[in-house]
Amino acid sequence: MRWSQFFIASGNPGAPPPPLAVRALNCLLVWVILALVFFFCFRQIAYQWHWKSVAPNWEMFVNGWLCTILISAAALVLSTVFGLLLALARRSRVLALNYFGRVYVEIVRGTPLLVQIMVLFYVVAPALRVPDRYRVAEGVAILSLFSGAYIAEIIRAGIEGVARSQLESAQAIGLTRAQIYRYVIFPQALRQTLPPLAGQFASLIKDSSLLYIIGTPEFTNRVQSVNAMTFTPFECYIPLAAGYLVLTLPISLWTRRLERRHQFDT
Amino acid sequence: MNLKLDNLCKSYAGHRALDAVELTLTAARALVIIGPSGGGKSTLLRVLAGLEHPDAGTVEINGERVVFEEAALLRHRRTIGTVFQAYNLFPHLTALENITLPLEKVHGHAPAEAAEIARLLLARFRLEDRAGLRPAQLSGGQRQRVAIARAVSIKPRLLLFDEPTSALDPEMTAEVLDMIGELREEGRDFILVTHEMGFARRVADQAALLAGGQVVECGPAPQLFDHPATPQAADFLAKVLKY
Repeated sequence: MRWSQFFIASGNPGAPPPPLAVRALNCLLVWVILALVFFFCFRQIAYQWHWKSVAPNWEMFVNGWLCTILISAAALVLSTVFGLLLALARRSRVLALNYFGRVYVEIVRGTPLLVQIMVLFYVVAPALRVPDRYRVAEGVAILSLFSGAYIAEIIRAGIEGVARSQLESAQAIGLTRAQIYRYVIFPQALRQTLPPLAGQFASLIKDSSLLYIIGTPEFTNRVQSVNAMTFTPFECYIPLAAGYLVLTLPISLWTRRLERRHQFDT
Repeated sequence: MNLKLDNLCKSYAGHRALDAVELTLTAARALVIIGPSGGGKSTLLRVLAGLEHPDAGTVEINGERVVFEEAALLRHRRTIGTVFQAYNLFPHLTALENITLPLEKVHGHAPAEAAEIARLLLARFRLEDRAGLRPAQLSGGQRQRVAIARAVSIKPRLLLFDEPTSALDPEMTAEVLDMIGELREEGRDFILVTHEMGFARRVADQAALLAGGQVVECGPAPQLFDHPATPQAADFLAKVLKY
């Protein structure tokens, strides 16, 4: 028995994973180190915890959290549809559509979301005379426009990942262009796009936090309101972080599983 | 089948894959196209399949001129059964679904009817127990046979085989060639590009040697194989039949 056995995994490919006890020990070690770092930092700044003044506001936390879920889910659906249209535009032979797709994707991916939110909220929404009470819908729209650009690239990669020989076979049996997409390209592209699409959803959830700046009543915005009343930033922000992690962590694990399954298939 | 190719030309980035191909066949049943790699065989077959637009020249099949524009080509492709070297099947569909897809979506059969046609065909080629499997679960030979069954299922006026066995090992080659032999006995017209000279000679009634993008020699198969008239054909056959 050597000490290294408790801390270092075997370098041989195909070796069995380390025993459960060893994995648990190392996992615990990481958590202890993290906890110590935080404990040390908070002690150094002599932070006074006031959980009691935050607790009565739990309803605002819950409402904000639910609003974030609602906005993210709605934006996911909308941005997938929008991303699909953008991806098709980028493959279109209609030049204006093609260039629009390209310019749109590059601009949205190349600029901060914060700026996009400002422009859409303070310029585009008033210009279209969107009433104030549609704050949540505006948030969904802004996020969809933003995330659509990323999803367009994911879908485009998925479509282009379908082998050329598949297109030839589909053409040879006499399918029309639309049928080739419907019956041959999309079903195959879907498998490849699912893992990155799930990852994009996790990003979308976190990105929705920036909507606090235009007063959308989502999680971050609500928690900030609580903090404005109680002046207890960490009692507010630590639950805030946990609230996002509860949503993004399962997606992240699910993504990893999708990726593994895809590996076995090919 | 009657086939008439006139001055057929096709270039890729300066390379002349087809260089004024001329060919006239009447009442041919099985045409075999042989020749060195890069001689234009596959390109010719792709033009006939309606998958490639020639730069110049005309193609006439059974007296009907092929119009090389999208709408007409789509109709043309629907009357031709094409089988490539490999990757004919769609990996996300089962063997049965691979056959029913064109029957339903292109040729307008009802789903039950399409499934029935597909089942009968699979049974005839001893593939009925593979119906529910996806291509990844089939052997290479089985995959090609399902692909041929799909090509046959639409009752095409012409079958095109582009080196259907060149990606297979010898045992699987035999099962695919047997199937093509059966289709020949049934009297189906086809054009076959192949490197299997023994099979080519047995199954074909007409043969053409394509090299350098041109038809070097064309005629009844026994004549071309046994008494090639051109030195190029004699040379090529001597080389491929040496071992």
